[in-house]
Amino acid sequence: MFSSTPYALHRRLPALEGGHADWPRLIQAYQAMATIRCFDKKAVNLQRTGQLGTYASCLGAEAITVGAGLALQDSDYFVPYYRDHATQHLRGVPLYQILQYWGGDERGNAFPADTAAARDLPNCVPIASQLTQAAGIATKAKLRHEPAAVLATCGDGATSRGDFYESLNVAGVWQLPLVLMVNNNQWAISVPGQLQTASKTLAHKAEAAGIEGIRVDGNDLPAMLDVLDYALDKARHGKGATLVEAVSYRLSDHTTADDASRYRKASDLHAAWQREPVARLRQALVDAGHWDAEQEKDWQAHCQQEVDKAVKTYLDQPPQSPTDMFDYLYANLPVSLEKQRAALTESAGGHHA
Amino acid sequence: MHNAQQHPQNAVPLNLVEAINRALFQAMEEDGNVVLLGEDIATNGGVFRATEGLKDHFGLRRVMDTPLAENLIAGMSVGMASQGLKPVAEIQFMGFIYAALEQLISHAARLRNRTRGRLSCPLVIRAPFGGGIHAPEHHSESTEALFAHVPGLRVVVPSSPARAYGLLRAAIACPDPVLFLEPKRLYRLQRLPVDTNEEPLPLDRCFTLRAGEDVSLISWGAMVHETLAAADQLAEEGIKADVIDVATLNPLDRDTLIATASKTGRVVIVHEAPFTGGFGAEIAATLASDALMHLRAPIERVTGYDTPMPYFAMEQQYMPSVERIVAAAKRVMKYA
Repeated sequence: MFSSTPYALHRRLPALEGGHADWPRLIQAYQAMATIRCFDKKAVNLQRTGQLGTYASCLGAEAITVGAGLALQDSDYFVPYYRDHATQHLRGVPLYQILQYWGGDERGNAFPADTAAARDLPNCVPIASQLTQAAGIATKAKLRHEPAAVLATCGDGATSRGDFYESLNVAGVWQLPLVLMVNNNQWAISVPGQLQTASKTLAHKAEAAGIEGIRVDGNDLPAMLDVLDYALDKARHGKGATLVEAVSYRLSDHTTADDASRYRKASDLHAAWQREPVARLRQALVDAGHWDAEQEKDWQAHCQQEVDKAVKTYLDQPPQSPTDMFDYLYANLPVSLEKQRAALTESAGGHHA
Repeated sequence: MHNAQQHPQNAVPLNLVEAINRALFQAMEEDGNVVLLGEDIATNGGVFRATEGLKDHFGLRRVMDTPLAENLIAGMSVGMASQGLKPVAEIQFMGFIYAALEQLISHAARLRNRTRGRLSCPLVIRAPFGGGIHAPEHHSESTEALFAHVPGLRVVVPSSPARAYGLLRAAIACPDPVLFLEPKRLYRLQRLPVDTNEEPLPLDRCFTLRAGEDVSLISWGAMVHETLAAADQLAEEGIKADVIDVATLNPLDRDTLIATASKTGRVVIVHEAPFTGGFGAEIAATLASDALMHLRAPIERVTGYDTPMPYFAMEQQYMPSVERIVAAAKRVMKYA
């Protein structure tokens, strides 16, 4: 438990107590958060200049998505929604491949085989539908006696869907090794939390499923690690499922196709920036003497270099073969599709597989 | 024409639901990754008893009673299949499968494609479908065309115990997601020899149940039986029918359909589902394009009406009858 009061918000920042802090891990977390912020800014720019498709920014979610990436072990499973770019990257998906996915190319979902991400599900666009799949993967892990946890993520809007309740329900009744984490960033596109539910908090929704619900400050990386370490470890040891509500604020538009100024007050956004996760962790590290201006300058340069490299690799990828749309659909191409495939090859102007 | 009848020494008499049960048993014996999940399938053995005895033999870890949520059943199956299990899920009636549509359409059918082969989704969803057993409302529909429209999702419909056994074995062995629709009116209709040592049947072939050169009668599922009875009546009047059981709607064995239409020049398509946008329309369009020069008469479709499947008091009036099939065949025979 993180508080004697159930569903109380778990916080660690602003001050970090030296005795309890795992400094190398916190520095690694900060570096990953800075990297993904740099990446995110570049991705939005690529979309604005026509070099990327509609992109879902993770601005403001850095502590959540990095916390997940660091708390997961290689033998665990990750089932994302679509705003966890840092988790995917920390599990081994190269940044260029994340761009490739948002660039409209399914090859971005073909994660490298030699990484923890190899078995992870790809981004899930239909809201909450990944959660029942995560319950299925958790069932498999349990049937096979794997000491593994499944972490599934979703947004606050997803908690209104049946999939969310169905997944929590089965996780409770089957004692599944599942951690379901909601990034409560206050907005489901334009609809705020108070129009989504009358539940006191989203974590309370665990109650009816008979599982533990925890609220955590999603802008507080050390607190995120506390909660995810605890919940994943509990799952790995057969002690049941957990619902984690990570409370944050979406500092971006919903996606690059959205304009949040239509429904979000500038003053609210300004206030949210005062609690943003990257600066908060940096300040805590600086205050504790574990980070300084010099390191910051070097790391920012490093981030820029990594992101530029990823962009170049992304833009340098050869196009897919048009026939790929047929060739990965079934294990073997059915006879009935041979004609259509041939017709595509012909109309694609002799672009052969 | 059943394979089993060619090998009577290995054949045992089974009805269709017993054949399903036998296929599940055999697949679970051979492959420890095969697991069953669904509503009432464990202790109760399924409301139609398709999974009878399997929980006792294989245990609750492989025969799982789920909470009552079809969307959950499908979603969990997708998750399991993506990680190497072979889930065979039962949706208790096709009328309740719509809650699972998102999982089937957006996930199961696409997972291999959208990960460029990194992950796949070799699940089987079994669902009893069709009318004729005086069932409650929403228990008798035939909406196979909805699913046959989904690229990547195989749709298979057996029409005899032997094909139920052979096609289900093939569906479970298949590396692609399969929707396996069981015509529940046939579950206990008759016991026929089923050869459980046979190779699985092909999942991309129509079955020619009877050969004739005058007219092609094309059907699937329970309607195959009315179609065969119509062929018998027509034979008495000297009209010889090719009878085709389509069996797999997606991917469709167009070659066999084009061949029969080209041979006879006269086609009657029979299905229980509504007329407009029914799967018969896809077959008719295929033949109108690829067998046009051989056709001697307009293609006839004998189907349910464009109304909801009525509650059981009127289901017999809704479902195609032998008489309607015979009448349609005679209409196409009038063309020279």
